[in-house]
Amino acid sequence: MPRMTMIEAIRSAMDVAMGRDDDVVVFGEDVGFFGGVFRCTHGLQQKYGVSRCFDAPISESGIVGTAIGMAAYGLKPCVEIQFADYMYPAYDQIVSEAARLRYRSAGDFTCPMVIRMPTGGGIFGGQTHSQSPEALFTHVAGLKTIVPSNPYDAKGLLIAAIEDPDPVIFLEPKRLYNGPFDGHHDKPVTAWSKHALSEVPEGHYTVPLGQAVTRREGAAVSIIAYGTMVHVALAAAEDTGIDAEVIDLRTLVPLDLEAIVASVEKTGRCIVLHEATLTSGFGGELAALVQEHCFYHLEAPVMRVTGWDTPYPHAQEWDYFPGPARLGQALRDIMEAR
Amino acid sequence: MSSDEAGKAPATIQPLKFHVPQPASRPGEKPDFSDVVIPKAGSVARPPVDVDPKDIRDLAYSIIRVLNREGEAVGPWVPDLSPEDLVRGLRHMMTLRSFDARMQMAQRQGKTSFYMQHTGEEAVSCAFRIALGPHDMNFPTYRQAGLLIAHDYPLVDMMCQIYSNQRDPMKGRQLPVMYSSKENGFFSISGNLATQFVQAVGWAMASAIKNDTRIAAAWIGDGSTAESDFHAALVFASTYKAPVVLNVVNNQWAISTFQGIARGGSGTFAARGLGFGIPALRVDGNDYLAVYAVAQWAIERARRNLGPTLVEYVTYRAGAHSTSDDPSAYRPKHESDEWPLGDPLVRLKQHLIAIGAWSEERHKQAEAEILATVIAAQKEAESFGTLHSGGKPSARDIFEDVYAELPPHLRRQRQQIGV
Repeated sequence: MPRMTMIEAIRSAMDVAMGRDDDVVVFGEDVGFFGGVFRCTHGLQQKYGVSRCFDAPISESGIVGTAIGMAAYGLKPCVEIQFADYMYPAYDQIVSEAARLRYRSAGDFTCPMVIRMPTGGGIFGGQTHSQSPEALFTHVAGLKTIVPSNPYDAKGLLIAAIEDPDPVIFLEPKRLYNGPFDGHHDKPVTAWSKHALSEVPEGHYTVPLGQAVTRREGAAVSIIAYGTMVHVALAAAEDTGIDAEVIDLRTLVPLDLEAIVASVEKTGRCIVLHEATLTSGFGGELAALVQEHCFYHLEAPVMRVTGWDTPYPHAQEWDYFPGPARLGQALRDIMEAR
Repeated sequence: MSSDEAGKAPATIQPLKFHVPQPASRPGEKPDFSDVVIPKAGSVARPPVDVDPKDIRDLAYSIIRVLNREGEAVGPWVPDLSPEDLVRGLRHMMTLRSFDARMQMAQRQGKTSFYMQHTGEEAVSCAFRIALGPHDMNFPTYRQAGLLIAHDYPLVDMMCQIYSNQRDPMKGRQLPVMYSSKENGFFSISGNLATQFVQAVGWAMASAIKNDTRIAAAWIGDGSTAESDFHAALVFASTYKAPVVLNVVNNQWAISTFQGIARGGSGTFAARGLGFGIPALRVDGNDYLAVYAVAQWAIERARRNLGPTLVEYVTYRAGAHSTSDDPSAYRPKHESDEWPLGDPLVRLKQHLIAIGAWSEERHKQAEAEILATVIAAQKEAESFGTLHSGGKPSARDIFEDVYAELPPHLRRQRQQIGV
């Protein structure tokens, strides 16, 4: 089976989807001739022509707005916002339009589209190239939100998203594009080629939306994570020697509640982990669900380990990033808590 | 019509075609600027600043030029600048170019994460700053550092920002080149595109509301004019006759995307102003004298309460978009050599030599002096640290300035990291 980086897997997903369905079109800033600033669409214009993969003006509201019109016509646009941090001009189109089109027209018009966005920090991108805005999408009824953590899932989930009948936000942790970064920023990152989940089938397959997966079995504490933080969680479990179970959510909406409940009922302890800011983050939702569904199994309060409630700083990136040291401390604390 | 018939064209009607504009040439092809029509220097009329905008619509489709191919300043737009002023302007541009070269190298040496050069566009921000008053406000993009350099903002402070070190005026929070200096009429750079363009209009409206005398200058690139904020800025500037100069720097490339993708079927970016009744000028952005003259005209209009002016600077981004970019993947390698408006430094130097105010020897000497100044500034800046070594901003600075006062939840989070 071929080995792929996350970038290659995402590209392969669009390639497969475009090859199978003439209605799939791909566009965004620098996406056409050049193939995207992260190279995710490299070669697609050459293969499928400028009518299927093309450069868009720098107008995120324009990109999403026209994609909605195309979806209403019957196409399946898969558009790229160059960085999730550039999404805000499109937010009105996403929230007020894409998310509600099916509902407000009683199914007369639908919006089968995917909006891809690189997300998260760890690349010294400062506050405009590092944000994790997933909670701004999970809070909106009508959207589905995906955050893959590895090449295999990225391809399978992206194909599933493109084939989904509703709008899907597909957040790509950019720090994972070229390797399974685990938060140890002072050590070299191993290449994806050395990781089992870089084995990616050439052709069509899907990873269904709404299914979490256990990345590490453990008995002591459950860590609920997604994207880059899955690898941070695995590293922290390794570093501390605490027998943590690591759940990779893969999709935030729809959410695999059963997987979370099963794990926390087993371990009795739960840490929710994300890179986004704490207050009103998706971790708040997860902690509430665990409290509602697992209260009588809990042996300690649910903890959240997240980015701070500040903009993402440039020089102090590693003081901001919730890496294995901060998570490791939380693991020790939650094991002592009674 | 039954659903089977819907969308199917009768035999007599041709199917529709999807149009995507393409640049004149791509890598491996011969650079081609034949579509850039360049009028002769001195050939465009200079109207009075209180002209009725509808009488100068042709200026949105021409290019105002002062320096001709022989380096002579010709025509009605020749500005009132002394040879000393021009030597000073040349030195500003040389400083910016030297600064760029050193900071580009520093990034390659790992002393910072990122840098953006101005190569080929130095005249635009350097000349504009000289035409502006000391208390006016720029809302710049990331490629107008000449606004700071031509206003004698300390190079050391700029470098400390780029290095995110312990003396970084932005306390390590901002990506390199995202400067801010209210005192120097330089609004904080966001990093998001076009957002600042409409804010400049608001600043100008405020100045009018308060019967102030200060004006604003908005800045945007060709590609970002596609953003909604650009169009909102034109509406508000037009409606309220805001005292603002709306600057569009058309450097031909938005990362890999040629300007035709943002411009579409409109002849020029300047012409975008016409539908709003905003007078629009196009100027040779590589001609220091022409940039100054046009800036002065637009600034005077704003100052005299005549309202906004849209100015398109026709220039060329000779370097990469940033240190993360490689233009050889999307445009011919030697395209910049073929750019018909030349190099702004070379052209001003040639003019100064032609009028007897400069020489090759003085130029060489100035180059050496400027390089020594920039290197000295760099040494001083590096004594306060670089991104990965030496003095650093504190982790405390992550939590300051989120609000005027540190709220309890941030105090708790700051305690968690022990600072």
